[in-house]
Amino acid sequence: MSALLEVDDLTITFRTAQGPVDVVDQLSFTLEQGASLGIVGESGSGKSMTSLAVMGLLPPTASLRGRVSLDGTDLTNLPESKVRRMRGDRMAMIFQDPLSSLNPYYTVGMQIEEAYRAHRAGVTRRQARKVAIEAMERVHIADASRRVDHYPHQFSGGMRQRVMIAMALSTEPDLLVADEPTTALDVTVQAQILDLLQEVRRETGTALILISHDLAVVSEIAEDVVVMRQGVAVEQAPAERLFSDPQHPYTRALLDAVPRIDDEIGELRGIDSVESAARVGGKP
Amino acid sequence: MVRFLVTRLAGMVGVLFLVVLFTYAIFFALSPDPAVQICGKNCTPELIDQIRTNLGLDRPFYEQFLGFLSGLFVGTTYGTGPNAIDCAAPCLGYSFQTGQPVLEMFEQRFGVSATLAVGAAVLWLLMGVAGGMLAAIKKGTWFDRAATGAALGGVSIPNYVLALVLQYVLVVQLGWLPFPQAVPFAADPGQWFLNFVMPWLVLAFTYASMYQRLTRANVLDTLDENFVRTARAKGLAPRLVWRRHALRPALTPVVTLFGMDFAGLLGGAIIIETVFGLNGVGKMASDSITKNDQPVIMGVTLVAAFLVIVGNVIVDIVYTTIDPRVRIGARA
Repeated sequence: MSALLEVDDLTITFRTAQGPVDVVDQLSFTLEQGASLGIVGESGSGKSMTSLAVMGLLPPTASLRGRVSLDGTDLTNLPESKVRRMRGDRMAMIFQDPLSSLNPYYTVGMQIEEAYRAHRAGVTRRQARKVAIEAMERVHIADASRRVDHYPHQFSGGMRQRVMIAMALSTEPDLLVADEPTTALDVTVQAQILDLLQEVRRETGTALILISHDLAVVSEIAEDVVVMRQGVAVEQAPAERLFSDPQHPYTRALLDAVPRIDDEIGELRGIDSVESAARVGGKP
Repeated sequence: MVRFLVTRLAGMVGVLFLVVLFTYAIFFALSPDPAVQICGKNCTPELIDQIRTNLGLDRPFYEQFLGFLSGLFVGTTYGTGPNAIDCAAPCLGYSFQTGQPVLEMFEQRFGVSATLAVGAAVLWLLMGVAGGMLAAIKKGTWFDRAATGAALGGVSIPNYVLALVLQYVLVVQLGWLPFPQAVPFAADPGQWFLNFVMPWLVLAFTYASMYQRLTRANVLDTLDENFVRTARAKGLAPRLVWRRHALRPALTPVVTLFGMDFAGLLGGAIIIETVFGLNGVGKMASDSITKNDQPVIMGVTLVAAFLVIVGNVIVDIVYTTIDPRVRIGARA
């Protein structure tokens, strides 16, 4: 199997008033067809920027060095119009807050149809609508043929994220990037969405990049894990080994910071943030 | 939808009633005795008493108020006997100064104010909304800076100053426009149009400045929205991202503002009409205030309030079609 996604020496730099700041520093990883990769780190570790870089959606104040190639095509050298055609088609993305990520002015059906029609020239509205309903059924939205005409505010948080996933899957992408897909949802719904992501991955063979600050979430799904800190990958390993035998002290600290139900009662452990504060960073 | 309309209209009637009550109370409590004014120079105490009786000024407040209200809805009769004057509904009374029915004064002047409002509205929407959108797209460029600077000027320069400057430049110095004078449309449409150019420009400039700032800020805010990022992540063409996902949410607040501004202007642009000598509702309002012509002041206040309230209701209704979140009957 050839690698679907290759990220090689990726460095993302922001111009700030204090001078350039590297939010991602020489990051490399590969993702095989249909595989799953978790990227874990605290806020400001550069994991979201990495996902935006893969999608070609970095803000204009950011500049990028290194290679991001999908199926052997280096996206960083392609003109924006070509990347745009792959975006939403070959690779799709879902975001943290499903409510604000959906446009309140349009029905969910229209928004799914739009994603599909953007990449399928000559598709009629009728056909696109059928695809939208099927996509909604695939993510288990009951009564999809009626719900397709509803607006985002008429859905619950978990359902909205299902709509986002349906939208992303409508074009049957090779790669799905999920940036904190469960963070804005409550715990029971989180589990359902993670199950759903697993299921669609099994059924469609889509490769998945799951970005989260939550080790528990990543451990559910990811086969490989990259632990990021301040823009640098401190550890990369298969998930099983990483959780059973973490090599880097930071990974151990992250694992220790997760409270366990079978723990003796004691203080919650944090991560030493003195060092973190020394560097400028954080989500944009 | 029907229920929404009914509650909205009922609310509107309630607000209008309060407006009538308060306006009437204010003029009742604050104004000098109108009978003395009407009486004129050769006045005797008996004459004043008679005028008071005729106008019902000798009766208590609530009776006068009810009389005024019933005049609005069913018409009323002033005085008794052969001198009685019938005033059909909606009766706003008669001018103390000229004796003309207030409603008739409106009918003669409303066209001028409406023409002023419509022309200015077209101009300011073009300048303000288009300018705001362009400034947002070209954020940080010279165009943005120029447009934003002009808007700041438009907001800060009082429109009577601008009116005088414009008159001086366009009429006196350059001679591009004739000196404004009242010409009926039927007499000379060209001249009529030229007369309105300056008032339109001045009025529009002030509003356009506000609309430019609002539109620019809204568009920039919307472009930062997560759903715009989603639209880009779908790989939509930039044109579609812009038109479908950025513009519609950004312009919704502009609709609200426009409805109220436009309705307010139909009730007269006092300063512009006065400066340019346009005989519209605004001029009528300022004249009636300087002459303390109570029925006319009352009339102008009521009609202006009525227009704003109706404008608001229309905006609410339009809103339900623009924004699905306020659409009535939509259930989760």
